[in-house]
Amino acid sequence: MTDDERIAEELKRNIFLTTVDRIYDWCRRGSMWPISFGLACCAFEMICAAAARFDLARFGMEAVRATPRQADLMIVAGTVTHKMAPQVLRLYRQMAEPKYVIAMGACAISGGTFRSYSVLQGVDKIIPVDVYVPGCPPRPEALLHGIIKLQEKIERQSVRTVPWYRKA
Amino acid sequence: MAFVSDLFVNSWNWIAVQLARFLPPWAAELVMMFAGVVVLIAFLLFMVMLLTLLERKVVARIADRIGPNRVGPFGILQPLADTLKLIIKENTEPAQADHWVFRLAPAVAVTAALMPYAVIPLGRGMVGTDINVGVLYVVSISSLTVIAILMAGWGGCNKYSLLGGMRAVAQMFSFEVPLALCLASVVLLTGSLSLVSITEAQRELWLVLVQPVGFLLYLLCGIAEANRSPFDIPEAESELVAGYHTEYSGVRFAFFFMAEYINMFTVSAMATIMFLGGWRGPFVDQLPVLSVVYFLLKVHFLVFLMFWFRATFPRLRIDQLLSLSWKVLLPIALANLMLTALADKVAHRAGLSRMASAGLLLGSNLVLAGVAIATLYLVYERRRAPSLSRRYEIHWH
Repeated sequence: MTDDERIAEELKRNIFLTTVDRIYDWCRRGSMWPISFGLACCAFEMICAAAARFDLARFGMEAVRATPRQADLMIVAGTVTHKMAPQVLRLYRQMAEPKYVIAMGACAISGGTFRSYSVLQGVDKIIPVDVYVPGCPPRPEALLHGIIKLQEKIERQSVRTVPWYRKA
Repeated sequence: MAFVSDLFVNSWNWIAVQLARFLPPWAAELVMMFAGVVVLIAFLLFMVMLLTLLERKVVARIADRIGPNRVGPFGILQPLADTLKLIIKENTEPAQADHWVFRLAPAVAVTAALMPYAVIPLGRGMVGTDINVGVLYVVSISSLTVIAILMAGWGGCNKYSLLGGMRAVAQMFSFEVPLALCLASVVLLTGSLSLVSITEAQRELWLVLVQPVGFLLYLLCGIAEANRSPFDIPEAESELVAGYHTEYSGVRFAFFFMAEYINMFTVSAMATIMFLGGWRGPFVDQLPVLSVVYFLLKVHFLVFLMFWFRATFPRLRIDQLLSLSWKVLLPIALANLMLTALADKVAHRAGLSRMASAGLLLGSNLVLAGVAIATLYLVYERRRAPSLSRRYEIHWH
């Protein structure tokens, strides 16, 4: 082994190399703060997911923010009526980037059973949705699965291509 | 071994000596001053991170949950992830905000939170500067936080933040009075306003043993001063969204978050110094490095009490909170101060031994506690709404 190789070996043992992307994704994945926000019965499954049996806190997500400015994740849990849609849109616009949306339950995904004049046929008609969690309502395990999928999605993002640093 | 026994002070002095070799005295002193400030701030930032993790873990355990455990081993990197995320996050600013006030408020909050550490002794010989009006300084600086909160509430141009700011002012002014009175009775007993001499004065006896009522009152007022649950109405999320920091996101919010946790640490540190003997503990004279350990242990015990409070009690209403301060805590604190002065004078005149005078003080304190509890019971029992069966004159047969 030459001196150069030995030095390289020594460096590898003592210096931890990483990329900006990895740190960038790691910290956003590890601390997604949801906005406290529920529209219908799915909200109870969401609350249940935060309580003792399923414990969202394991993912660092129990810091539920009441103000959209400090939240990273919007879980649209329940039926979005046409009366409520403007408020949902406004909350989404008030959130600071980077922000993500989970559509939880059949109603939020497609209007569900409510083929009606008063119900928005899927929240993705007004805001971009990252993960769809089907079910009526989905069980807490399903929501947790959706959150883990969202974390995997965040891990695939790169500072160079994410939309929020680009000019509109 | 002698070096290690007082590790922190000795290494500090060693660095000062090394610097003095190649720098003029004034430059060496300046460098050491800046180094002290940097070390203190770094220590406090580390404490903030530790406290956020501890709080989430403790509250989770109390709620029969697990708490953060995904980021790093046992979730210990959770605060790091949170901090980095908050730094990355977008800084929003409302178009109609009072821009300068809005941007300055977080900095003022953190500055006001950091300033008391200039005089707080964290261990034997480990104090920024020992000024002879330390207690007065800490009390007056901690009321600067009110201004930062009011600035944040006004600057955000949001009705919820303004309401939160106003409530914070009302709350902190009301609780400052009984808090200062509790500290006054300690000052009366130790005869000094310097935090170092107050610690020294508790060599034989911690003041919590002669002033239990004062200690409890101080703890209550301190929790209200730090805006902690159950007195966190300035940021009550069920009424006020997030109170004064509703419009803040990203790193500016992180500053408020930091200020809140540093304030909590300050309140506990002051309670430790005034009532629990500061850094005093067994074998501290032989092994001075232990003093830091004792100090941090005591402070963390009080902080743990605060977490426990948060997980146990529901939030008070604003009117309940203010009447608690003005109608309950203030009279008890005043009576405590007067009774302490009286008992101290009597003990001096009668020429009692230290132990006997301590017993007299403790006895008068316990009598005060008894009278206060009895009065409260009589007053509030009469005011309590009659039970349903009595109100509707239902007679169960």
